[in-house]
Amino acid sequence: MNTKRLILDSDQLAITLTRMAFELQENHTDFSQCAIIGLQPRGVALASKIKSILETTFNQPVKHYGELDSTFYRDDFRRNEKILIPNSIELEFPIDNLNVVLIDDVLFTGRSVRSALNALSDFGRPASTELLTLIDRRFKRELPIQPDYVGLNVDTRANDKVIVDLITENKVWIQTEQ
Amino acid sequence: MTRLSSNHLLGLKNLTSEDIQLIFETADNFKAVLNRPIKKVPSLRDITIANVFFENSTRTKISFELAEKRLSADIVNFSSGSSSISKGETLIDTVNNILSMKVDMVVMRHPAPGAALFLSKNVDAQIINAGDGTHEHPTQALLDAYSIREELEIDDFKGKKVVIVGDILHSRVALSNIYCLLKLGADVAVCGPPTLIPKYISALGVTVFFNLQEALNWCDVANMLRIQMERQDTKYFPSLREYSMQFGLTMNHLEALDKKITIMHPGPINRGVEISSEVADSAQSIILNQVENGVAIRMAVLYLLAAQREA
Repeated sequence: MNTKRLILDSDQLAITLTRMAFELQENHTDFSQCAIIGLQPRGVALASKIKSILETTFNQPVKHYGELDSTFYRDDFRRNEKILIPNSIELEFPIDNLNVVLIDDVLFTGRSVRSALNALSDFGRPASTELLTLIDRRFKRELPIQPDYVGLNVDTRANDKVIVDLITENKVWIQTEQ
Repeated sequence: MTRLSSNHLLGLKNLTSEDIQLIFETADNFKAVLNRPIKKVPSLRDITIANVFFENSTRTKISFELAEKRLSADIVNFSSGSSSISKGETLIDTVNNILSMKVDMVVMRHPAPGAALFLSKNVDAQIINAGDGTHEHPTQALLDAYSIREELEIDDFKGKKVVIVGDILHSRVALSNIYCLLKLGADVAVCGPPTLIPKYISALGVTVFFNLQEALNWCDVANMLRIQMERQDTKYFPSLREYSMQFGLTMNHLEALDKKITIMHPGPINRGVEISSEVADSAQSIILNQVENGVAIRMAVLYLLAAQREA
């Protein structure tokens, strides 16, 4: 039996996203030297939402927007029952000397972010790299990786699932197995 | 569909169309990797691959080697000329000796049809067939179909017509291409002198042409094959000059068509025999794209097979 608990409804989500965009704006007054990069597969929807808030609400054109897939850099290749099938990469600009903001929906063990950092380094040498994540599942990290911008901190058990829907319902749930 | 139906790549005969599509989609990602400044990913860093070549090869060997290196695998190369085969060692012994040095995958080319299948049944490693005699050459067929998919910008091969011209009898490229393209839904024909067309080939579901111009009129893509002199023990046609006059593709053939067809060749080209230099170097020819795609396809095959190997 699974129970699903709502942790962000669509109104709260909109406020959280706007607040994170404010924080980005605070740290990057000029976005011409900044790259917004969503992590495939689930960080991409969040990244495009953040981009559109920056562009419409703050009138900040995001010149560098990309999507990064780190499948080939994962450390669970051949250690996972499921075969890791890659997603597409859209990174049409040199990232050298840009301030990169990596965006993912949920930060859990930190292993995806670790692989994304490795993948990113194969595209060039950014001036700096930050991490934005909508949900931070605290106390479950397996690597020393912390986000710079957090939507919501949640405490979860290891076999809980955080479900983020940014496409149809705009809500976030925690699903607990009982 | 997230895994291949087989743990080896022995031929196109035992792959499904889903397998082929999975390989193509994975190859798309590797093609993107190959167009980056740093053309290397760490996926296969704990895998060792032996390239075992009992027959000559330029493209296939270099292409496999590059694919392996770009996936960060460790590789060892072996060719029969400089090996203990000449001292009387058997194939299984040779390969088992290589495997006892902790090798995970074997890429093998061998002059005997079925050698890859034989090896897969007798040794504990993943086998990738890089050509077994006159039987199959699966990665070539995959890269050929992948190049057609890219050139014609299609995902669905239904209704596309491909003719394979030349020495069908001795060509492993022809047989693998026929299996591959039919599984993808394309219409396939072969064309060549009757002596070089296997007797019951139409049972595979292909059309047979004995006239090059008729075949070209019919097709969207023409794959020109080399005459495999090294496998021909008797004379199959009076002279190369006569073969070339009947089945050599020239600009005159292409100009007589009311459409633009795509020209392919798996290499090595014998210029002036099966294809004229003018055609081989023309804008309609995708011969060099085939070579480029070969690395991405082989990376995809190695990646997907390695993923199925337990850590």
